[in-house]
Amino acid sequence: MKSRNIFLTASGLLLLAALLSPPSGVQAQQPTPSDDEVNAIARQLYCPVCENTPLDVCPTQACKQWRDEIRLRLAEGWTEEEILQYFVDEYGARVLAEPPRSGLNWLAYIVPPLAFLAGAYLLFRAFRSWRALARQQAAEAAPPPATNGKDEYVARLEEELRKRG
Amino acid sequence: MTENNQSIQTPRRSVPFWAQAVIWVGLLALLGILAVSLLRAQQGTIQVGQVVDDFTLSLFEGYTYNERDEVTLSELRGKVVVVNFWASWCKPCEQEAAELEEAWRYYESSGEVVFLGVDYVDTEPEARSYLAKFDITFPSGPDRGTRISQQFRIEGVPETYFIDRDGVLRQIQTGPFPSVEAIRAIIDPLLAEE
Repeated sequence: MKSRNIFLTASGLLLLAALLSPPSGVQAQQPTPSDDEVNAIARQLYCPVCENTPLDVCPTQACKQWRDEIRLRLAEGWTEEEILQYFVDEYGARVLAEPPRSGLNWLAYIVPPLAFLAGAYLLFRAFRSWRALARQQAAEAAPPPATNGKDEYVARLEEELRKRG
Repeated sequence: MTENNQSIQTPRRSVPFWAQAVIWVGLLALLGILAVSLLRAQQGTIQVGQVVDDFTLSLFEGYTYNERDEVTLSELRGKVVVVNFWASWCKPCEQEAAELEEAWRYYESSGEVVFLGVDYVDTEPEARSYLAKFDITFPSGPDRGTRISQQFRIEGVPETYFIDRDGVLRQIQTGPFPSVEAIRAIIDPLLAEE
């Protein structure tokens, strides 16, 4: 009888301990990739259907599916580079907002700054020649110096002083 | 003043000839590239009467042609080939899906006609749902890298291209087919040709 009581007490304590102990083997859920995380990648891609619409703001069904695809890959632990490469492999490099730096695509990176520099140089040359021309015209339009070597104002001043003196 | 005049009259240094040549060649090359790009953009789809360049379509899992998981156009020479571009996000594609499948089942046993479904810029789970929803059994696969659609220069989906036994493009259907009869009306004359 005594051993039975001990057994019951021990069983009760074990049951109580089991109920009070925190559940083991259960971890916090991994958060679903947020819209911001998805859009950070989506804005580097362009809509396959509408022209010139970034994927993050495109309202079409195709774009929605692509954003879901990005979310799925992020949840699977893919990196941004891996996801972008996946889209290039599947749909071609033209889906990228920035063309890859290879082949003729280099023109997109080189030509605009070169054109800007060339334009700035042309403007500089034009301004310089305009200034030179303006100086030349001003020199030609200037009145000839006083023939007696005196400034007209000084002469008038001396004349006034002479009158008053 | 005299010094000033002299400085004005100093002859300006001109751009060297080689630099001018480089600038002009560069500008002309840029204009050439731009012109070619614009012409290609305005070219539209490939033209009827043109021999269609070869391509290989990798099929979705579960789809085969001659027990292989890919189809090459050149292997189909001697048959009438129907190339249908579709996408799961494309509502008009749904209007013709059942008709295309019905037409395929009508011709399949003859072995004279092959339908190829080319899935354009789609995501695989949705594409598979679409195929299951409309019970599509003809060989279908994704257009990886949009190579096939670029080759045909498609303007949208759905678009369907009919290629005769000699590999020549004979007809283009833009938009969905209204009925099975409309599909058969194109294929039957091609089959009748020797």
